[in-house]
Formats: sequence, C-alpha cells, structure tokens
Amino acid sequence: MKTKKSILFIALVLIVGVIASGCGDSRPSINVYNWGDYIDKSVIKDFEDEFDIKVNYSMYSTNEDLYVKLKQGGSSYDVVFPSDYMIEKMTREGLLAKLDKNNVPNINNVDEKFFNLDFDPSNEYSVPYMWGTVGIIYNKTMVDDVVDSWDILWNKKYEGQIFMLNSQRDTLAVALLKLGYSMNTRDINELEEAKQELINQRPLVEAYLGDEVKDAMVGGEAAFAVVWSGDAVAMIRDNPDLEYVIPKEGTNLWFDNMVIPSTAKNKEGAEAFINFMCRPDIAARNSDYIGYSSPIPEAIELLPDDIKNSKVAYPSDEEIENTEIFKDPADIISEYDRIWTEIFSD
Amino acid sequence: MVNKGIKKLYTFLIFLFLYAPIIVLIVFSFNDSKSRGVWAGFTLKWYVELFKDAEILKALYNTFLIATLSTIISTILGTFAAIGIFNLPGLNKKIALNLNYLPVLNADIVTAVSLMALFRFLKMEFGFATMLLSHITFCTPYVVLSVLPKLKQMNKHLAEAAMDLGATPFYALRKVIIPEIMPGIITGGLMAFTLSIDDFVISFFNTGNGVSNLSIEIFSMTRRGINPVINALSTLMFVGMLIMLLIINKRTEKNELERGV
Repeated sequence: MKTKKSILFIALVLIVGVIASGCGDSRPSINVYNWGDYIDKSVIKDFEDEFDIKVNYSMYSTNEDLYVKLKQGGSSYDVVFPSDYMIEKMTREGLLAKLDKNNVPNINNVDEKFFNLDFDPSNEYSVPYMWGTVGIIYNKTMVDDVVDSWDILWNKKYEGQIFMLNSQRDTLAVALLKLGYSMNTRDINELEEAKQELINQRPLVEAYLGDEVKDAMVGGEAAFAVVWSGDAVAMIRDNPDLEYVIPKEGTNLWFDNMVIPSTAKNKEGAEAFINFMCRPDIAARNSDYIGYSSPIPEAIELLPDDIKNSKVAYPSDEEIENTEIFKDPADIISEYDRIWTEIFSD
Repeated sequence: MVNKGIKKLYTFLIFLFLYAPIIVLIVFSFNDSKSRGVWAGFTLKWYVELFKDAEILKALYNTFLIATLSTIISTILGTFAAIGIFNLPGLNKKIALNLNYLPVLNADIVTAVSLMALFRFLKMEFGFATMLLSHITFCTPYVVLSVLPKLKQMNKHLAEAAMDLGATPFYALRKVIIPEIMPGIITGGLMAFTLSIDDFVISFFNTGNGVSNLSIEIFSMTRRGINPVINALSTLMFVGMLIMLLIINKRTEKNELERGV
C-alpha cells in the first residue's frame, strides 16, 4: 500500500513539474542554435537580463546537422551560426532572412576586411562571429626542418608522425594547395591529381582524426598535424613545444557567422541578439572563452596579452593574403564524395 | 592451485576490460586541464562548473523527465498490450507478436526519420511533446517482450480460479495477474528507462528549439572537444547508479530474511 502511494506521489510531482515548467516564463523568447561549447554562457544570461528576452539555447555539431534541422521545418530557430559555404547554400535555397541593418548598428564594429566576402557579397544575411585559418601544428622537439610548406607532410622522414584531419573538404584542400591549385577547383583532373597525392601520402599518415587530434598533439604523440587555428591556440597553451604555421602556398580562411532563418518567429529579438554579440565587451568574453578569433578589433584589444599578440589567432594581413574561403561545391559535391571514398578504398 | 590463479586472473581481466573506460573518465574528471591528454593536477572545478551550467542541468532534467515519463507510460501501455496479445487466438497472436518485434529489430535511424515524417505530416511543433512521444514509441515493444515470458510462466488457471471465487475480472487482474508478472514489468520498465536515457538518434531528429537532452548536448560538443564538465556529470551518474544498486541489493536481502528464504 505504501509503495503504491509513493508511486502516485512521484507521478503527481512529475506532472505538476511538467506543467509548471511549460508556463513558467511569460517573457518573449528567441531560439538560438549554435555549435557545441561555442559561447561563454554567462553572456546569454546577461542578454536575458538586459533585454528581458528569454533565450532557448540548443546546440549542434556540424553544418550539415544544422542544415537538416532548418530544411526539415517543424521547429523555428531565430539565430543560427553556419559556416561560409553553408551560408552560400542556404541563401541559394531561400532558407535565410535578410537582416535589417538599422536594428544591428553594432555590425559596424566588425573589421572592414571581413565584409562583403564571396559567400554573402553585401552582407545582406550574415554577420561574422568567429574566424580562423587552417595550418600545420608541429612539435619543435621532433622536427629539425623548416616548416613553411604543405610539402613537409609528404616527407618520408616523418613516416607515422603525421595526423591529418578527418574532414573531406579540409584534407582535399591541403593536397590541392600543395599542387598549386585552388582549393575550390571544379576541374576534375586537378581533383584526381589531389586524390593521387593523398593516396601517396597515406602510408606516412598515422591517423585521420577529428577533435582527438588536440589531445594527441598535446601529449606529444606525433610531430605534425593539420588543425584549425582556434584549436592551435589551445594546444600551444597546454604544450609550449608546439608551433603553428600557415604554409606559404596559402590556406583556407573560414568564418562562422550569425544569420536569421527565414522561418524565425521573433526577428526583432534575433537582431537584438546579433547586435548584442557584436558589442566589443561581449565579443571579447566569447572569444576569450572559445579561444577562436574575433572579427571585432575593439574586442581583440580587451583580450589577455597572450591571445591579443598571438600570431596564431591574429595573423598579419600579409599572412592571410594568400587564403581562400570555401565555396559550396553544389553540383559537383558527389565528385568530392567519390574521391574521398576512393582515397581510403584500396 | 594454478587453475585457481588463472580463474582469478581471467575474472580480473574481464572486469578491467569492462571498467577501464569508466575509471579513466572518473580520473580525468578531477584533472586541472581541459585536455584529456595530460594530467595537470587535482581539482574539483569541473564539479563546481557543472552545477553552474544551466544548459547541462536543463538537459539533465529533460533527460530524466523524459526517461521517467516514457517509462511510466510505456510500461503501462506495454503491460496491457502484452496481456492482450497473450490472450489472442493463434494466427492473430503471431501477427501481433511480429508487428511488435519489428520496431525492436528496425534500425534506430529508420524509426527516427519515420517518426519525424509523421510529426511533420501531422503539423506538430517539434519539442518536448514529440520527443516524449517518440521515446514512448520505441520503449513500448521492449516492455511487451519482457512481460510476455512471465505471462507464459504463469498458471493460466489462476485468474479463472480467482473469478470462480467471486473476483471481478478487473479485481483478478489487479490482485492476481499483475503481481504474478511483476518481475517482468519491472525488467521492462528498467529497460525502457535506460534505453530512453541512452538514445541519441531518435531524440536528435524529433526534438525542437530549446529542448535537448544529454546525448544531444554531448554529441554537439564533438567538434570542439567534450567539456570535462561532462566527465564530472558522468562520474556522478555512475556513482548514483552504484548507490542505487547497493540499496536495492540490501533491501532484497532484508526482504528475503524477513520472508525466511
């Protein structure tokens, strides 16, 4: 008898709990969908207090996950954070709403050089949130050669000492750049050559890794790895023997940006949020927490010295002169998939 | 003597194999660095941060709320469905049984996408309700499967005897059938609970803005590295389960003593 009563009681508590959590907040709300661990969470709280808008925050792990969620419909997000090539694709498919720049005055805080980029030529849809490069991180105690070119990743001397990224576009880009081609090439012959390069390289490669590469490099498990600059900052902090280089052949410059989906229900709230994120003090807090580079110069000034002066996080204009931004391969995406499979198939 | 040594070694290796990952996880929840590659000294900061992290706590709350609700509902649904299926005549029973097997054998991703299609077709807003409904959907067949064998074991004349003695069918169900099949119901419920906590694929496709559970939260961290806060949380969950197990064992022991078994 006693157990029955307690079960009933628990059920009652739960039901009341559900109902209470459903109608606890009467403030207007926005739904924010961001990469995992990609914001200083105290910033969200500050926004809620200042604007009296409730933020429903959730997270995804790849651009493709985000794309599926937006395309499928059924739930509406007000602010999302896709990367460059995904914005191009979403714009083409009409998934994004145009920004009313009068509601986002802080967009003027963003460094001019990050405006009017190819994926959104007049910044009608997007505001940059974080940016960075792709480069080689290497362990100074294990390498005597000068590291300034992608070629070093094909040096037989370092067999079993190389980590590549388990990422189709990034790894193909490395091979294409080594060959002196554009990483956005649409020429099948160039892509085939890149494929052959990667097949030749495979015996030298210890593993194709994702996020685990950080622990492996910090732990001194290999001499070289291809990594994103934001992660490189974190790795160097944990292991001062590491050094990050942008090869002379050039590299990928990437952006994660804030956009408003066309299905957004609270566009004003979303614009207020984007505007808030462009405030220098807020941008600095995010950049400090994440470790990736902010596109807002005033925010950079507020960062701790070791990051502010870091050549890894904030390379000079000359260093990034020779960079490209990924374009959406759209109609030849199946060729990319085929080539990527063939590299690992024999 | 040698034989005994080998036995002990074998047992030790098996348990090491099972528990090594959890031990590493627990150790690194006290690591002073965000990296899992190096040990930088002892700290409790991840535990402190865990209790300050509103998002993770909310995901934890959602996970357990959905697990509890879907366990209660699918256990009730599944138990009655099992009794119904058990009493069906020949061919119908076979058909019903196989229809029940299908969702169990079906790949998660197929269930996930088809549920998503259904909710869209019904023009439902994705969120807590759709996630709960999908969890109930995939939990129920497991409850049916764990209750059915208990029904088979039960003496089928028990209920008839009860009714001969004047019990109404509902009274016989409550006082005779349900207590007889209780172990099956409990197993089914526990299975539903753990399956619901575990699930990622179905949850991911059937949730909407602002509603996430732990598996979604953790998976979304994979690009930038799993935050050590998750190690702290997993450690607490593991310890919680361990304590629960110890209490249950203690209580069954006591019950058995009282009943003089």
